[in-house]
Amino acid sequence: MKPQTAAILESCASAGWVVEPLARRILAEYGLPVTQWAWARDLEDALEAAAGVGYPLVVKVVSPRVIHKSDVGGVVVGVEDEQGLREAYRRMARLPGFEGVLLDEMADGLELIVGAKNDPQFGPVVLTGIGGTAVEIYQDVAIRMAPMSPDDAESALESLRARKLLEGFRGAPPVHRESLVDLLVRFSEMAHDLGPAVESIDLNPVFCGPERCVIADARIMLPRNQG
Amino acid sequence: MDLSRLFQPKSIAVYGVSLTNPFHPANVIYHKNHLRYRTATYAINPRGGDLYGEPVYRSIDDVPGPVDVAVIGIRAERVPDALRECVAAGIKGAIVISGGFAETGRQDLQDEVAHISRANDVPLIGPNCLGVFSPPVLDTFFLPPERLIEIRPGGISLVSQSGGILVDLMIKLTQEGAGIARGVSIGNRAALDEVDLVRFFLDDPATTVIGLYLEGFRPGRGREFADLLERAAKPVVFMKAGRSPGGSRAVASHTASVAGDYRVLHDILGHAGALEARDEAEFVAFCEALSSTRSSVGFRNVCIVTASGGHGAVASDECQEAGLVLPTIPAEDGDRLRDELSPSIRDIASVGNPVDLTGSATDRDILASLRFLLGRQYVDGIILLLLPYLPAITPDVGARAAQIARETGKTIVAYVPHIDKYGIFIEGFQANGIPVSHTVQGAVHMAKAIARRAHP
Repeated sequence: MKPQTAAILESCASAGWVVEPLARRILAEYGLPVTQWAWARDLEDALEAAAGVGYPLVVKVVSPRVIHKSDVGGVVVGVEDEQGLREAYRRMARLPGFEGVLLDEMADGLELIVGAKNDPQFGPVVLTGIGGTAVEIYQDVAIRMAPMSPDDAESALESLRARKLLEGFRGAPPVHRESLVDLLVRFSEMAHDLGPAVESIDLNPVFCGPERCVIADARIMLPRNQG
Repeated sequence: MDLSRLFQPKSIAVYGVSLTNPFHPANVIYHKNHLRYRTATYAINPRGGDLYGEPVYRSIDDVPGPVDVAVIGIRAERVPDALRECVAAGIKGAIVISGGFAETGRQDLQDEVAHISRANDVPLIGPNCLGVFSPPVLDTFFLPPERLIEIRPGGISLVSQSGGILVDLMIKLTQEGAGIARGVSIGNRAALDEVDLVRFFLDDPATTVIGLYLEGFRPGRGREFADLLERAAKPVVFMKAGRSPGGSRAVASHTASVAGDYRVLHDILGHAGALEARDEAEFVAFCEALSSTRSSVGFRNVCIVTASGGHGAVASDECQEAGLVLPTIPAEDGDRLRDELSPSIRDIASVGNPVDLTGSATDRDILASLRFLLGRQYVDGIILLLLPYLPAITPDVGARAAQIARETGKTIVAYVPHIDKYGIFIEGFQANGIPVSHTVQGAVHMAKAIARRAHP
């Protein structure tokens, strides 16, 4: 396991999961592409960092007590300017366990979910599918053992019912297949490396467009008995 | 660990043969093997004595000559000692039929049995199982022969986590005309599990197709099984029980919520090349089709040949659902096919896909259609829906159809209704390597199995 990752996982053991900014650091350590982002601990920080990330942006609450951010108003999309950022910040600062906000670039493209789980029978496995909040409804996913070869990743994409969406549907440009496959392979290597140290990982959504695939949200759940 | 002697023993000792209860499982096993099999069979009971004139030995040490396999049907508490005695006597394998281990809370006894097996490198099946069916040398199923049908010999080897399901599958395969090489009920799988047995069957020359009834893998063994499948040169069919998602801790993670135990297994084993049967009917059809056909052409592009429009329509629907392709027959080929048909049906037959030869079809029309269609590049295989009650169709059609399949190197599967009455029609196909189902759906399942083997 990579050093920074090991330290982060240890520091999060008692919370039982890894908040998004720390999860993003783990992803970065494994060479995975994430959207432009910054973690601001106070409003001044936030206003300064916003210039670096660039408006419009997404503001998300950082709190070890808020797993489902959007359920409690912990996500604001399309913040256009300082005024909007101030409002979003003030609202989020009232949420329990508040540890600042994550400023995130507004990405777009086809929304995929890429996930991992440590399965009792098969060990680390990777899930690839059509993402968004309705993942559980469509369940259009494919599961492979980690690590995956590029061929495994291709076969997972090919087995999706909605695979035509990846190829460009009704005039939409096809997604950048090579970077998607590369992301899947790298992520699967990470899942294999982490093994039983994590219970599950959700990258949801991963935005896939004609030029790149990029991770826009990450949640890492830790095994309950750890720590 | 060498499992070969478990399936091919020259001699066996049956522990637990009762001097007072002729229906004791050990007695059934003893009599079956002693009277019906060629293997030397010895009865063991510490009280000694004799059973209908045959000696009952007090221990394996009293048996004249070496014993390859011990079949143990005594009380669970006494199994470890008996096993140690057998190991000391040099057995090459053990099958523990007895229950009373982990399934009743005696994990300690089960661990002891597993330890004896591993420490001495003696392969062990069970406990709490029916054991091994490996004709004509060994059958440890404690089911009286008169209660079972004669199991048809063949190339399918079965591994089952349930003894009852195993027996059902063997009977159903036999009834459908498919033959069994070996069957193993692995019970509590204290030592050997499904992965070990599938690995053995992959190298076993008697086995051409492996069928597995699965409830679940022990921790980590699913991964080893998937790795094994990646290198498998024989088809592996499996049926999984317990498919409904359990009460998982789903709330926090989409991945954990969607990727339940069954979904993970389904995707990974499918990707590794195993063929999943959703129910017994599919399982039987898959095993039968894969054990009777060898063509490497596959079966993706299917042509349906029928003598009844309704049967053709039902088969078309099933094909669509199974992901099989029904290519359109080009008009010029349709005309050429029509020219091959008898004058009496030439104008009423339908030469689309399905090809409907009507109730006036003769053997000649069927055979001409098969030959013509299998000669087309866009047809991989044919589902032949045969209605033996039609007056111009004869029992010869099966053998002749098989000849065409052989010559073209492509595959035919057949549907023939009503097994008893049309036995001679069915045998014409089956004896010549064409699998037959007694349902239209079953025939499509067979095509699907062959298609999946060629294009996993």
